[in-house]
Amino acid sequence: MLLSVKDLKIQYKTRKGIVHAVDGISFDVPEGKVVGIVGESGCGKTTAVRSLLRVMPPVASYAGGEINFDGSDILKLSEREMNKLRWRDIAYIPQSAMNALDPVWRVGDQIIEVLTKRGGFKKAKAKLRAEELFEMVGLEQKRLRDYPHQFSGGMRQRASIALALALSPRLAIADEPVTALDVIIQRQVLDTFSRLQREFGLSVVLVTHDISVVAYVCDYVVVMYAGKIVEKGPVKDVLSSPSHAYTIGLYNAFPELSADEERELSPIEGGPPQLLNPPEGCRFRDRCPFAQEICKQEPVEVQVGPEHFSLCHRAHEAAEMREKARDPAVWRGVVTA
Amino acid sequence: MHEEILLDVKNLSKSFILSRSVGDVIHGRHPQVDAVSDISFTLKRGETIGVVGESGCGKTTLGRMLLKLIEPTSGSIDFGGEDLASLDRDSELAFRRRAQLVFQNPFDALNPHFTIRRSIYEPLVNTRVPENQHDQMVADVLIRVQMDRMLHLLDSYPHQLSGGQLQRVVLARALVLNPEFIVADEPVSMLDVSVRAGILNVLREVRDTMGLAAVFISHDLALVRYVCERTITMYMGSVVEDGPTRDVINRPLHPYTRALVQAVPVPNVAQSHEPLALTGNLPDARNPPPGCRFSDRCPLAEDICRQSRPPLRTAEPNRRVACFMVPEMVAETG
Repeated sequence: MLLSVKDLKIQYKTRKGIVHAVDGISFDVPEGKVVGIVGESGCGKTTAVRSLLRVMPPVASYAGGEINFDGSDILKLSEREMNKLRWRDIAYIPQSAMNALDPVWRVGDQIIEVLTKRGGFKKAKAKLRAEELFEMVGLEQKRLRDYPHQFSGGMRQRASIALALALSPRLAIADEPVTALDVIIQRQVLDTFSRLQREFGLSVVLVTHDISVVAYVCDYVVVMYAGKIVEKGPVKDVLSSPSHAYTIGLYNAFPELSADEERELSPIEGGPPQLLNPPEGCRFRDRCPFAQEICKQEPVEVQVGPEHFSLCHRAHEAAEMREKARDPAVWRGVVTA
Repeated sequence: MHEEILLDVKNLSKSFILSRSVGDVIHGRHPQVDAVSDISFTLKRGETIGVVGESGCGKTTLGRMLLKLIEPTSGSIDFGGEDLASLDRDSELAFRRRAQLVFQNPFDALNPHFTIRRSIYEPLVNTRVPENQHDQMVADVLIRVQMDRMLHLLDSYPHQLSGGQLQRVVLARALVLNPEFIVADEPVSMLDVSVRAGILNVLREVRDTMGLAAVFISHDLALVRYVCERTITMYMGSVVEDGPTRDVINRPLHPYTRALVQAVPVPNVAQSHEPLALTGNLPDARNPPPGCRFSDRCPLAEDICRQSRPPLRTAEPNRRVACFMVPEMVAETG
């Protein structure tokens, strides 16, 4: 296992108290696989993946758990050892490519800087490598001389992928890499990830709120809700038989191109709970049309298939829930606030 | 059901003048970008039309011109029998009441210093609606955007609301004047999938109950088909296809529309991973390719495509396409 996260907890200290942004999550990233992390905004996805690199705002701290990367616990490394790991073993691709690239430098020079400063490349060799990287992500080599503002959004995103991959990391962490892009460019960027995975054995952790993106590129999926993992497993199992009410809801809210056009979409009413004082029991309870008395108790993870887990009291009734959830009326009026 | 034409757009174009470099001055060049070139279409009362295309294809510029927020370089827009270019002050104020914009990013669209209540009342004040009607109109619109159960939010500020709630407020503000026409520019692209569905349902509902004519701008055909009867595909400032949404999606005629349909991902593992039937990036708008502007990315392009621009012609009843490779109108069978 390349990366293995065990019972990871991260908290933010705020004036009002402690916020448990990530509350005991465990998941694995096998070598050469793409793992998607999905969930609504504010459910802890970004906090979780940034913590894998130990890049966190000062108010955040680790409150327990382990992050094993290639056999060693990242949380126990010194800052110096950690710094060696960044770029070379684990690279980060941020959501907004504009933030990854410095506007006053030529894109090529930024890649060369990483290669010479971090990777010990000689200037001439670094230049060749930069050209190779641009080719890899499908950009013309002459564009290395351009500044970021001369690139379109999709090209910028591909340039920031090239930058992240400069030192051939084994794991790339991509935070919403395609959210700001239109469908055609999104497709081209996702195809780039698939190709890099296939040809170079790159492992990827991909954060997104779009399950169709997960379906397109990921091997495994982790569904997060309010700081916890509510469902995880191989993509084909989770999407064909979602076993947590939240995952079922996400699926039904999705506008599909091939579905019946008269089908009414079912939004999940309300929003994720405050993590300052999270509700007892299942955190999805007050938005869930299937909540029962038992849901006031803390749910435990149950295995519903090989490698497929759900954090739902009613996971054994998932087939029935899926059937009922197709009716939009089921989702209406659940939240009474 | 709705036959009366509300909006008649004829040969609409917009060019933006770019700043000149030293080289441009020496060579006497005046660089410009044709953001929208020669677009004509009509919109009937109560009809919703989707405008799809990649970022940078001119969708937003078109939408802003329809609302008289930017002046066209040439061409005309006729709204309910009046030419938008020659409105006097009173009729312009009336137009502002009848036509509204729904913004893309709800996080930026509301004044952070205003309460939600003030933001929703503001259009009523600005367009001088008599004050005694305000409360009733706001109450009506809150029901329409399904916020009538969230009245306690009215005295909050934008930062206290979630994205989905904010977008409802943005919709409420656009609909509070009972407009006849709205332009919704990517109204859900900034929202989580779970709340998108709610906004799309509201848009569908107001389409059906208010008889509102709407232009819905998006890059995602899957969203457009939920709200629009008709869809226009734009590429580099021009319309390349126009037809009933269902036909455009199930049987796209233009190769660019085909690529757009193909690019929409579906939440299903068993989807096609075929490479997109289009190559390269959007060309530089200052320097569009000669002939058909799609010719350098098109898998079907032949010599004629690189030499002259295909006109937008009727390919089937109710369907227009600008492509040399689409056969002349064939008789519909079945």
